[in-house]
Amino acid sequence: MKVGVIVFPGSNCDRDMYHVLTDVFNLNAEFFWHEKNLPQDIDAVVLPGGFSYGDRLRAGVIAAHSPIISDVKKLAEKGIPILGVCNGFQILVESGLLPGVLLKNESLNFMCEWTNLIVNNNTTPFTNKLEINQKIPIPIANGEGRYFVDDESLTQLKKNNQIVFSYENKVNGSISQIAGVCNSDGNVVGMMPHPERAAEKEINQIDHKPSSLIFESLIETVGMKN
Amino acid sequence: MSFQEHEKKHIEENVKRKLTDTELQILAAEWSEHCSYKSSKKHLRMLPTTGPNVIVEKGYDSGVLDVGDGYVVTVHIESHNHPSAVEPFGGAATGVGGVIRDILSAGTRPIALFDGLRFGNIETDLHARWLFKNAVSGIADYGNCLGIPTIGGEVEFDECYKNYALVDVAAVGFGKKSKLIKNHANVDDLVLLIGGSTGRDGVGGSQFASDALEEENRSAVQIPDPFIEKLIIEAILECRDENCINAMKDLGGGGLSCAISETAESLGIGIELDVKNVHLRESDLSPDEIMISESQERMLVISDPINLSKIKQICDKFRIQCSVIGKVKEDKMMHVKNGDETLALLPADFVARGPLIDREKSKPEYLSKLPSSPSSENEMPLSDILLKLLSSPNIASKHWVFRQYDHEVGIRTVIKPGFDGSVLRLDNGKFLSVKIDGNPKHCYIDPRQGAIGCFEEACRNVVCTGATPIGMVDHLQFGNPEDPEIFWTFMESIEGITDFAKFLDIPCVGGKVSFYNETSDGPIKPTPLIGVLGIIEKSPLLPTPPSNNDIILLIGETKDELGGSEYYEYIHNFIGGVAPKVDFSESKKNMKSVLSLISKNLVKSVHDCSKGGLAIGISELCIFGKIGCNIDLPSSLSSEKMLFSESHSRYILVVNKNNLDDIKSILSDDNCSFSEIGIFSGDQIVFESASDPILKLRVDKAENNYLNSLGKIIQNG
Repeated sequence: MKVGVIVFPGSNCDRDMYHVLTDVFNLNAEFFWHEKNLPQDIDAVVLPGGFSYGDRLRAGVIAAHSPIISDVKKLAEKGIPILGVCNGFQILVESGLLPGVLLKNESLNFMCEWTNLIVNNNTTPFTNKLEINQKIPIPIANGEGRYFVDDESLTQLKKNNQIVFSYENKVNGSISQIAGVCNSDGNVVGMMPHPERAAEKEINQIDHKPSSLIFESLIETVGMKN
Repeated sequence: MSFQEHEKKHIEENVKRKLTDTELQILAAEWSEHCSYKSSKKHLRMLPTTGPNVIVEKGYDSGVLDVGDGYVVTVHIESHNHPSAVEPFGGAATGVGGVIRDILSAGTRPIALFDGLRFGNIETDLHARWLFKNAVSGIADYGNCLGIPTIGGEVEFDECYKNYALVDVAAVGFGKKSKLIKNHANVDDLVLLIGGSTGRDGVGGSQFASDALEEENRSAVQIPDPFIEKLIIEAILECRDENCINAMKDLGGGGLSCAISETAESLGIGIELDVKNVHLRESDLSPDEIMISESQERMLVISDPINLSKIKQICDKFRIQCSVIGKVKEDKMMHVKNGDETLALLPADFVARGPLIDREKSKPEYLSKLPSSPSSENEMPLSDILLKLLSSPNIASKHWVFRQYDHEVGIRTVIKPGFDGSVLRLDNGKFLSVKIDGNPKHCYIDPRQGAIGCFEEACRNVVCTGATPIGMVDHLQFGNPEDPEIFWTFMESIEGITDFAKFLDIPCVGGKVSFYNETSDGPIKPTPLIGVLGIIEKSPLLPTPPSNNDIILLIGETKDELGGSEYYEYIHNFIGGVAPKVDFSESKKNMKSVLSLISKNLVKSVHDCSKGGLAIGISELCIFGKIGCNIDLPSSLSSEKMLFSESHSRYILVVNKNNLDDIKSILSDDNCSFSEIGIFSGDQIVFESASDPILKLRVDKAENNYLNSLGKIIQNG
């Protein structure tokens, strides 16, 4: 099995994600530059964090027009698990693969902090080994991380079980404290916090197991077909 | 642009003709204090720079330390003071950019940033507050975008920085020893300029920085573009992996003039370049402007012609520009052309080695006039003093600052900002601990002891994490060196740092000197800043909150040294007294013993005792553990001195009762001065003297002041 890690100009969590996928979880991962094609037999795709195109215009909006995104869309339709973290989430939202928008944090500042996530949906390919309401200690690091949708869409999200993670406390002004959502099929997940920064004991002295379960869920879904 | 008499003479003696305008511009940039170190170079040679771990290559702008298993760590420190005082966001951001490219030049990936920020009194001075807020935003904007974590630093406020700003940035890189760029060049190699375009921003920046800040010259401030910098980092590292680079240098102060002459000089080659080939932001730039523009995000690369297509391919992938601007010659000349016309033709070593100056020094008069103690006795209750100190912007938590920096990216940050030293994990299983420290209040009262103190404090912080110091960088910041009194303070600092570095056997692997840090209000206080790097072979001592019944030991002696303390200056508005002095042998002994206790797993945590003294050190631990304490102060000194003196070489140990006997016997065997001073318990910070309570403060009150004060000041405008 193979996980594709997409690299845009300005991605900066690509190597961190690759390290965790390969060195920590023994997955077979490969970088894909944003101008390349994604093989159609790939098993999962991750859009890592960073500042694609320097966050110009609006975080993620330029990268959403990268050539590789049309491949990501095809894979999404086929039901392949796709995870966007931080800037990756912003790109998925901007490309229309996920609902909503990400606005500037309420503090108007960049925020790098540890926070607790609450699991709201444990049926996605990235959360199936987690329990509903399980707490995940995890860092956020973003300037535009305040999730927003209008009331009607929010009702839809709730109805379709598309809210995957929410913050335990008010962190940045996100509507309903939403930290991560999925598409209506559940195979495309976007989240602002960084699971790759919390899945190893050495760098997460609080508890690295819950974040590890995000990666183990993926393994559970696609299997270890090395 | 002007030359001093001895410089004019040096030109006349060496060049037997009239210099062209371009040559004059090039020399003015390269011979500025900022680029030539003409006042300091002779004296910097006294610093010890070699050691078993130090790797030296030609033309490196960063220090390189071997950390074993085929890996190296690189480090460099720079400041961007003048620009930041004028345009704090851009000035601070480009300061980050410049030091990162120095790390990249060695062929290593930048993995961490540290910054030391200094401004005027932000409580009363709105301009200082504006400078502070925007400098922090500038650093955050740049470092975050690059994905290089800012994992430590310090922030200090003092009246001497009124209308001014010190923005110091240190960067650390990591890489394989085998991939270091071994700077070399062959005749007919190509000289490439990679990255951002050359524009009018930063024209004459190094001369601007080599004079007192009297007018705001905004065009001398460069414009930051972190996105281009990120692309350059990735492109250059790909070129390195493809073995396309023979030599490399970042374009910083002095722009092309400096990069070309210094590269040619250090490699013993000539370089011929045509300004017509430089890619420009504005088409009407004059050749002279092209030569001295300090536009950011540019790298000079020397490569074999056969590698050009590979380099171009990599640059195309990242959509950054790459221009062949010249080639390597045998003649050791710096030859600047505009098409067929020669604009400058001078020996590279003549350009790169500006004539040095012997500056006069004399002990400043103010030193003999400083009062020895405040005129009246303290009448404020000690608990009120502690509460006020905890909210001093110099002591209060810097959470408001570092939460704006991505300090997690790169997933190496094991000990995060807000503790003593910051710790990164390395690929060989070892850990790197880094801390930068300055203390202008101590340095003003005693420039020599103050500088040594900064050095010792940085060492202590690194030791608290379990790391053995292996190298240091220094950044020496002073006013106008033409003033003999200021030059005396510079000499005292560098001599002190040299003595201590030699005593501890810690090589100086890099540094910078910055003079002319003054405004019409006068010079800054002497502000040497020291960065220390330490290595932890096995595992770092993680910050662990103290819990009920943990015992508190204090290693080291508290002395009658309140001079320059936060207590004197913030509480009593008093400048004077005796500044702390490092006892070299006590310092070494205590470091060794603390490291040995940590390696034997006998201590729960170790905290440095510095700004604000023992009272603050203990309070910080209580706030961290959300627990009170009961301390019985030794009565050898008055309570104020015991609580607030900032004596060096002291460590606060948090230990479990079961380990107490072992620890005591080791410390006794090592002949360390130590005392068991108290225990953690309850919800109040309690200090007693001869069993009489002299200070009582609720931990939650202390916590509120400590954690929220800085943010509150900022929110108020």
